[in-house]
Amino acid sequence: MLEIKELRGGAEGREILKGVTLTVNKGEVHAIMGPNGSGKSTLARVLAGHPAYEVTGGQVLLDGRDLLEMEPEERACEGVFMAFQYPVEIPGVNNSYFLKAALNAQRKYRGEPELDAMEFLELVNDRLRVLHMEDDLLRRPVNEGFSGGEKKRNEIFQMLVLQPRLAILDETDSGLDIDALRTVAEGVNAMRSPDRAIIVVTHYQRLLNYIVPDYVHVLSDGRIVRSGSKDLALELEQKGYGWIEAGATA
Amino acid sequence: MSSVVEQGKAAGRVEHYLARFDEERARRATEPAWLVARRAEAIARFAALGFPTTKDEEYRFTNVAPIAGTPFVPATPGLQPPAGALAEHLYDTGTAAQVVFVNGRYVPELSSSATTKGLQVGTLTEALAAGADDLEAVLGRIAAFDEFPFTALNTAFFEDAVVVRVAPHAVIEAPINVVFVSVGGDRPAISFPRLLVVAGEHSQSTVIESHLGFGDLADFSCAVTEFECGPSAILDHYRVQLERPHDYHYCRQQVRAGRAATFISHAFSLGGAIVRNDVGGELAGEGIDCTLNGLYLADGDTLVDNHTAIDHAQPHCASHEVYKGILGGRARGVFNGKIVVRQDAQKTDAKQTNKALLLSDTAQMNTKPQLEIFADDVKCTHGATVGQLDADALFYLRARGVSRADARALLIRGFAGDIVNRVRFAPLRERLDGWLLAQIPRDDVK
Repeated sequence: MLEIKELRGGAEGREILKGVTLTVNKGEVHAIMGPNGSGKSTLARVLAGHPAYEVTGGQVLLDGRDLLEMEPEERACEGVFMAFQYPVEIPGVNNSYFLKAALNAQRKYRGEPELDAMEFLELVNDRLRVLHMEDDLLRRPVNEGFSGGEKKRNEIFQMLVLQPRLAILDETDSGLDIDALRTVAEGVNAMRSPDRAIIVVTHYQRLLNYIVPDYVHVLSDGRIVRSGSKDLALELEQKGYGWIEAGATA
Repeated sequence: MSSVVEQGKAAGRVEHYLARFDEERARRATEPAWLVARRAEAIARFAALGFPTTKDEEYRFTNVAPIAGTPFVPATPGLQPPAGALAEHLYDTGTAAQVVFVNGRYVPELSSSATTKGLQVGTLTEALAAGADDLEAVLGRIAAFDEFPFTALNTAFFEDAVVVRVAPHAVIEAPINVVFVSVGGDRPAISFPRLLVVAGEHSQSTVIESHLGFGDLADFSCAVTEFECGPSAILDHYRVQLERPHDYHYCRQQVRAGRAATFISHAFSLGGAIVRNDVGGELAGEGIDCTLNGLYLADGDTLVDNHTAIDHAQPHCASHEVYKGILGGRARGVFNGKIVVRQDAQKTDAKQTNKALLLSDTAQMNTKPQLEIFADDVKCTHGATVGQLDADALFYLRARGVSRADARALLIRGFAGDIVNRVRFAPLRERLDGWLLAQIPRDDVK
């Protein structure tokens, strides 16, 4: 589904990704771990098409198509979803209105009929239940005045409504208490299917107890320095990142 | 040197209005003596003030030379707006009365009179013919023209006026809809819309006032609206100004509020080459609550200037002002918010906010709060921000599949929604959203 080849890029003239290569197939869950500043979030943002990030080399293919050529909205319509590390507050824009606009833009792109107000309401109420969320969230402006946990849950809620083929979760676990973490993990696990792929970007192993990955990759200084099974995450938890970094430079 | 020429030209145009005033002497002969005298005062004041220039502090950022320099002819009576063009400013149901004025004159075919008890909506001509003697104290008195040349000009020349009177204790639930239309001819024309609303003690009412322009030339609509908001009266006012990008618009809107009155005004300036709004409130009793909100939109080479002035003369009054602007292209916005708190006006609570959204690198905003406080136990706050569309928010929306154009529109409407959503008459609120969407300045980015 996703092929990242020798991807290089960064922001403000600074190269952060220094040749990332990764293949993600349908049905797989990949965890990308790494210390602060290793390029985890940069990778997620480059994949989503954040305009502040520049690609200086390499290639990313989504089902054989050049992902990097696509506008951010086109990527979303092609089924790529990034759960933001820092979800943006948008005063004045109603959460439900925004989500309906997004969903219908994607449906239109795929040649599917747009949902009317009733159908949409039914869908979102169903998804809210999965995350044990109150429907007053829908009437509030996007993320405005949300607590950190509410923002992260709202990201997962949007994911459940939009049903992407490729979900990239950028440090969705940070700032979550254990209850919220479990709820978020339930939401993500509900998305797992043979047709979907999920990339979980995280600093800590904790989330991976709840979202069990098929593969774990360690990013260090802009490169994947180690890949393995879920056991790699446990090893990292015990030994810390210093162990990998020392190995990478040796 | 050039400024001498400019001044000379402006003086020449003043002559143009003085001559017209003389020519119209016969028309004024039927008016009561007090009105004839008031008009004479007004034209004399206009002659003394002349057109403002950018040397006047009140017009520092607003150059009205194109208005001063155009030999406007009186708007021709009887011209018709394009077929169907008024439909979106009229309501089939849900209003207490609708009045349409075209080029300063009443058009009965397009209007429907008030049948609600306690409400009178009609023309000044009718009211004067019926011997109304209560207007002398308000018409041309609430909107003083000593320091306002365009107000003086309107007072000297308005042909007729819309007069709305709400009886004491009357509760008029449906809005009163007043539509002023200027239809241009083959020469640039000037019209003088005039509205007077007298809301009696303990009454409640809503007035919608719209200003529309049709025609290919740069016409000038020079409007004055006066509100007498009686003791404990509640008056809701909406003003929609939607002219073409080459038109000029001046608006003076002045309320005089009595003890414990509530006046809430929302002004929407959605189109015009030079739009200047002088919005004022005189809080002449205790415990008044006065809201003056505004939303303005400008694109291309246009200019919108909002000057607000709230005069806290009595204790325990609250005033609230939120002005929001959306500027694209090379448009310019001006906001000057004056709040005067007089010595007796203790316990005043005045709040003022001005926010502007610049959609291009070439749009400009000049904003200035002007607080003059002579009482010592008051709360006055003001804040101004000028910003651009939030790039992170734009990306966030796009990352969910919303196109750049739609994401931009969503954010702009979100910014404007703060004002639009306060409109309590739902049909107007929905239409405003549509007009806003249609007028959103074009995208700077390819």
